[in-house]
Amino acid sequence: MVDPPTSSNESPRLRSRMIGLAIGVLLLIGCFLVNLVAGAARTDFNTVWNALFAFNDSTEQVIIRTARLPRALIAPTVGAALAVAGALMQGLTRNPLADSGLLGINAGAALAVVATTVWLGNASMQLYTWVAFAGAAIAAGAVYFLGSLGRRGMTPLKLVLAGAVLSYLLAAFTIGLLILSERTLEEIRFWLAGSVAGRSLEAFWQVFPYLIAGFAIAFSLGRQITALSLGEDVARGLGLRIGWVKAMSAIAVVLLAGGAVSLAGPIAFVGLVVPHLVRFWVGVDYQWLLPYAAIWGAILLSLADLAARWLLQPQELPVGVMTTLLGGPFFIYLARSRVK
Amino acid sequence: MMKLKATKVAMTKPWLVWRSRRFSIRLDRRVPGVMLVLALMILVVLIVSIGYGNYFLPPMEVVRALLGQKTANPDASLLVMTLRLPRAIAALEVGMGLAVAGAILQGVTRNPLAAPEIVGVQAGAGLVTVAILVLLPALPLVLLPVAAFVGGLLTALLVYLLAWNRGSTPLRLVLVGIGVAAIVTALTTLLITFGEIREVSQALVWLIGSVYGCGWEQVATLFPWLLIFLPLAWGLARELNALTLGDDIARGLGSRVEWQRGLLLLTSVALTGASVAIAGSLGFIGLMAPHLARQMVGSSHAGLIPTAALIGGLIVVAADLVGRSVFAPIELPCGVITAVLGAPYFLYLLLQHYDR
Repeated sequence: MVDPPTSSNESPRLRSRMIGLAIGVLLLIGCFLVNLVAGAARTDFNTVWNALFAFNDSTEQVIIRTARLPRALIAPTVGAALAVAGALMQGLTRNPLADSGLLGINAGAALAVVATTVWLGNASMQLYTWVAFAGAAIAAGAVYFLGSLGRRGMTPLKLVLAGAVLSYLLAAFTIGLLILSERTLEEIRFWLAGSVAGRSLEAFWQVFPYLIAGFAIAFSLGRQITALSLGEDVARGLGLRIGWVKAMSAIAVVLLAGGAVSLAGPIAFVGLVVPHLVRFWVGVDYQWLLPYAAIWGAILLSLADLAARWLLQPQELPVGVMTTLLGGPFFIYLARSRVK
Repeated sequence: MMKLKATKVAMTKPWLVWRSRRFSIRLDRRVPGVMLVLALMILVVLIVSIGYGNYFLPPMEVVRALLGQKTANPDASLLVMTLRLPRAIAALEVGMGLAVAGAILQGVTRNPLAAPEIVGVQAGAGLVTVAILVLLPALPLVLLPVAAFVGGLLTALLVYLLAWNRGSTPLRLVLVGIGVAAIVTALTTLLITFGEIREVSQALVWLIGSVYGCGWEQVATLFPWLLIFLPLAWGLARELNALTLGDDIARGLGSRVEWQRGLLLLTSVALTGASVAIAGSLGFIGLMAPHLARQMVGSSHAGLIPTAALIGGLIVVAADLVGRSVFAPIELPCGVITAVLGAPYFLYLLLQHYDR
């Protein structure tokens, strides 16, 4: 098996990483509480506390429990899932521009969900989740295949371009479907822009186990991904079963991205931005990078959702628009600095 | 053996040349034939497209109505002249505009993957148009292309500036274009999310590209733009040929490179903006048509530009017909059809040009 690179300053580094992790967790808890307190109806921490632990049926408490709590849980979970999926893909494909949104995986899941809504009406959350997994898996397979066509094999650039075109095509299909059945348009258009609003706690708990499975697989692969990100030859030299690692990573990506989409619609750029930000702190060791990505992805999407609710009060932006406005410039920066 | 080859070359002279005192045109020999065939195909598809609908008209009836003769069904003439003909012509115009815009862009940037939708021009034009549709619905239609033109121009400039990092490369241009298009599209989504549902449904159709509901007013709005900029593009064909050889060679051939490149890009953006204002962000026409044309008549722009225009027109008219007929009576916007055609074609081009 692979050992992480050891060095003489191992223990100070370990300490700084633990501290970073602790700061992240504290910030995340802070975001969670702010998300519960902030909103159209005035509430304070006391009400929130009582709503969570001493529920007494008052209007504020009902609002907090039915509207804000699901949202305050879904935003960080989805953010973490997308960020970890992005980090996995960046390591796996050695591609700094990888993101489940950019590579068309979210679009695949979204198309599958929209198609199910059009044909079956309101199906169960369970079904939507599985359909989203199927869509994500097919799109991931397609983009991987298309990106590695040709003599030179897979290059980061080809993968991104293939992903962009695939997203365009899948989005065209989605819009086509929506036009074919106007009925679904109203219900679905906010979700389609990427939004964590209006989901029940029940839906969250139904998707949650799959996401946990995805996180578990991803975190257990930390060492292997680190080795793989150094190049397949290196990884093979270190005795890694590359095919198996890739297959497991792909399953994790599909679980995380598909689950995230079925909860919150296609949200782009979280998976691109967060791993790059986290690398400043933890470097390229995926054993640390993946948990860090999870925490900061959760913080980022919580903040983005807070901003989306706050910016144009009383109107509310889809959080997917927010992440694109934040992440798009970052993508351009990467394209400028990393592509010759 | 050598001699035989030489005579063969001499016999099949590859160029058609017209010269007068101040003016000369050199066309690939294949151009007139190809264009004639394309024109006939357009005519056939137009007639079928006009005849097709929830009230079906046989082709002869369509021709009679078009020629202003008496038709068996007295309503046929009205149906054709007020509803179906303008829509078909709008499709033709949009296709021509986008195709020529793409041909110019590919020539100027020497980038086979450059297309108005890829370098962000369409997204920018689309954002401005949606903004006007949602926020200022009272603005007269004639001004819409102007606004779309400005939006497209600004976005194109932004992409070009951002992609400039000690020189510009085709692939970086495409990547930055994708990033800018994502941001601009997010802003468009924002507008759409807050619009009235009826307008939104329209805007959605329009966003993917459609000639739904186009009448004579739309045809007339787009027409002057084509009337000015298509001949201008054709007139600049020789300069475009020089530019595709590289700046240094073009300069050596006596081109004022920067000025001509600017004029050509302006032409391209104008054609895109006007088309987008009428039919929305119709994808991949500006990518496909020039490449198909190049395969048919070679890469000299004097022949390439008109051929690409006809191919673009043909594709959009045909896509509109297909979009109306596959799920009849429900209409799919023709942009969905062109995306289905264009996305694989883009990947094919990617492998062709960047995987040697």
